[in-house]
Amino acid sequence: MAEPVLEVSGLRKTFGTHPAVDDVSFTVPAGGSLGIVGESGSGKTTTARIIVGLENPDAGHVRVDGHDRINAGRGRAERLRRAQQVQMVFQDPYLSLDPRITVGAALTETLRLHHPGTDQAARVTDLLSQVGLGAREAQALPRQLSGGQRQRVAIARALAVSPRVLVLDEAVAALDVSVQAQILNLLADLRAELGIAYVFITHDLGVVRCVTDEVAVMRRGAIVERGLTASVLAEPEHPYTRLLLESVPGPGWDPKAIVTARKALAAVEQSADAQS
Amino acid sequence: MNTLQIADLRVVLPGTERPVLDGVDLTVASGETVALVGESGCGKTLTSRAALGMVPPRAEATGTVLVDGRDMLTLGARSLRRVRATTTAMIFQDPRAAINPVRRIGDFLTEGLRLTGAWDKTRARERALTLLDAVGLKSTVLRQYPHELSGGMLQRVMIAAALMADPVLLLADEPTTALDVTTQAEIIALLGELQQRFGTAMLFVTHDLDLAAVIADRVAVMYAGRIVETGPAEEVFAAPKHPYTAALLAASPRLDAPEPRLTVIPGRVPGLHTAISGCPFATRCGHADERCATERPQSTAVPGRAEAEVACWNSESLIPQGGAAHG
Amino acid sequence: MSTLALVRRSGPRTARTTRPWLYLICAGFAVLVVLVALLASWIAPADPNSSDLSAALTGPSAGHLLGADGSGRDTLSRLIIGARTALLGPAFVVLFSTLLGVAVGVAAGWRGGWLDSVLSRGSELLLAFPGLLLAILFVALYGQGLVAPVIALSLAYTPYVSRLARSLTLSEKQRPYLAAYRVQGFSNRAICLRHLIPNIGPVVLAQSTVNFGYALIDLAALSYLGLGVPPLTPDWGAMVNEGQSALLQGQPLSAIVPCLAIVLTVVAFNVVGEHWADRVAKREA
Repeated sequence: MAEPVLEVSGLRKTFGTHPAVDDVSFTVPAGGSLGIVGESGSGKTTTARIIVGLENPDAGHVRVDGHDRINAGRGRAERLRRAQQVQMVFQDPYLSLDPRITVGAALTETLRLHHPGTDQAARVTDLLSQVGLGAREAQALPRQLSGGQRQRVAIARALAVSPRVLVLDEAVAALDVSVQAQILNLLADLRAELGIAYVFITHDLGVVRCVTDEVAVMRRGAIVERGLTASVLAEPEHPYTRLLLESVPGPGWDPKAIVTARKALAAVEQSADAQS
Repeated sequence: MNTLQIADLRVVLPGTERPVLDGVDLTVASGETVALVGESGCGKTLTSRAALGMVPPRAEATGTVLVDGRDMLTLGARSLRRVRATTTAMIFQDPRAAINPVRRIGDFLTEGLRLTGAWDKTRARERALTLLDAVGLKSTVLRQYPHELSGGMLQRVMIAAALMADPVLLLADEPTTALDVTTQAEIIALLGELQQRFGTAMLFVTHDLDLAAVIADRVAVMYAGRIVETGPAEEVFAAPKHPYTAALLAASPRLDAPEPRLTVIPGRVPGLHTAISGCPFATRCGHADERCATERPQSTAVPGRAEAEVACWNSESLIPQGGAAHG
Repeated sequence: MSTLALVRRSGPRTARTTRPWLYLICAGFAVLVVLVALLASWIAPADPNSSDLSAALTGPSAGHLLGADGSGRDTLSRLIIGARTALLGPAFVVLFSTLLGVAVGVAAGWRGGWLDSVLSRGSELLLAFPGLLLAILFVALYGQGLVAPVIALSLAYTPYVSRLARSLTLSEKQRPYLAAYRVQGFSNRAICLRHLIPNIGPVVLAQSTVNFGYALIDLAALSYLGLGVPPLTPDWGAMVNEGQSALLQGQPLSAIVPCLAIVLTVVAFNVVGEHWADRVAKREA
């Protein structure tokens, strides 16, 4: 396996008395793609926010190319370097762009911060065409664009920084099936083209299958199973992974069996909690 | 008699080029589950709201919407309220947004029946307890506030509230979209059980084709305000007769699809400011010819399939892709 | 939307701003008053301080369209020239209180923690102190004139703006586009100045427009008490004061006209401000 570009080790974060992230460690190879799946409250979004620096962990390290992100300095140069390590695409395309600023101006702003002195107008055109948008969209305000177009803009803005790792937090969950397919294919193309590594936070196992090489399943703040996506989906080992897979609607779907399995799992976890 | 019978429903919003609903025909029989699927902006939610007689203000609605034999479009405000309170019920996508956060669950469950004067306090409370038990919640929930419950529990409260008046028609608008998959299974199991017990007709609006396939007796696929294909759920998804159904299936990321790369539908749903001549899907369809662009295809029966219709000029010559992986 | 609720003084809120004609009339009137103030020295028919004792305490006539006061000064001219001081004072109050209030509110909302506690408690302290009393205190300390009351009222009005700016900042902070700028490596200052403030700006401006009316009343009250502008300077509040004797002698015009001017101007700015806030609320919904 290639050198890891992203290395997360021993991450912990507690909100009040509730441990949101409990000793989470994983690595992502350069140009690789890791899916983090789990239900609401599993800690997957908190993990993502710690990786990009929106949240500080109580303990643990996040390293990109061997450089620690958590305890790095707070100056301008450090801030810019952190941004060039990891970028993020948010779930809601309707809220993740400044409503007052045109697409072109938003991209120029980012380019001016990170790559001053280059031909920004040409780069904006490049970036937009990379995500399948044209000059017409560059002039548009976010509200004049569809959800799919906005998500493309958000991806272009992240790429403008030229990051090593892109964190996608439920980036296609708010989109319609046909648009979701377009964005997933776009993301696959971009990874092949740019060699950028993905951390894909999602609750949708079908999406995981489409865009990731490896998958980590989170449950109650901890990773319960990790491995190659194909093998985890084909032969899940942890009972929770099995429950998740069985819960996806499809042929032979039996909601009553899922309810029983879910209760059994909760009972096992409760007795484990009681013992510890 | 069908519990819900929508015939040639046409809704036109002022200042738009095409009707939001363009001749919708839809029936749901007692005890039956019909799934209404399609992308956003196709008119799914509007159709389910029309079943309650709720049409956007200043919109022009023609056609008939019969619930239990009464036309919701022509009823007076008073009778309409009574029908809504006693014979229909709706479950929304986001239970937290559909529930008053400062009222206790008990008040929320009983207020509908008490306000219409149909039931007194004790009787309403007894009914609430029976239903809470049926949806698997403890009676202590009655005294709790919405913020004390999880999303899955709240959605069960919403279901209990929907069943309070013993409705003959349940309208579920993406009731599980905001929930985790395992919770979704729980809610679906619950809905199925309750439906068997109470014999309620259910119109289930969803964008999740796989979910529609497993829970519905029949599906109706909507596109740009029209129903383009209907039929028994299993058969429609195993061998779709409309190119749009086939394209939706091919675009869905799923666990058992043949290859990771998804088949994309080019373009997007036509907006309300685009007039449509011919088939609304023609501009995005790989099988379209000149006739599709100019003549509107009428719904015709699918040969060899019971209660199935498709609105496509080329459906007979079409060998759709994408559905095979599902059967 | 709850965050768009402007701070209002207690009293009936009957001037519903949903009626477009009311807004148009009020906006037109506000523009007219501003224009009159700007062009005052050109359109005033007479010198506001020249006494025409033969006309003292007379009603409207060809020479004095709105009559003259007890000293024989032309009421119309004083009204027109007085519009300058009547608007200039509140304009500075609004300018300073808006700048200060936005700075304090955004800093408190964005940083949170101890800074928020300190700034919020400070604002509450100021809120508890009546603005007019603060102004009188400043006049007592620093002497008569427009400067001391303007500074005092600017301070007194700052908490109204800062509380609004803080709550708007808190709700805007939830929006991922601001988090996106942080991830992109922009400094907090750049994010606040370039993205946060422009997005909360319309609502803050609506509040400031409402504040303009209140500041006008407060400054007029000070002038009426003789604590505002220096004597002889034409000012609406001072005119009401000087008109009292005329009122008693049966020629009420020189007191009533400036009163009307104050009331109408305040109502006009209030309606315009409320309408702007409603419009923002509608756009957001």
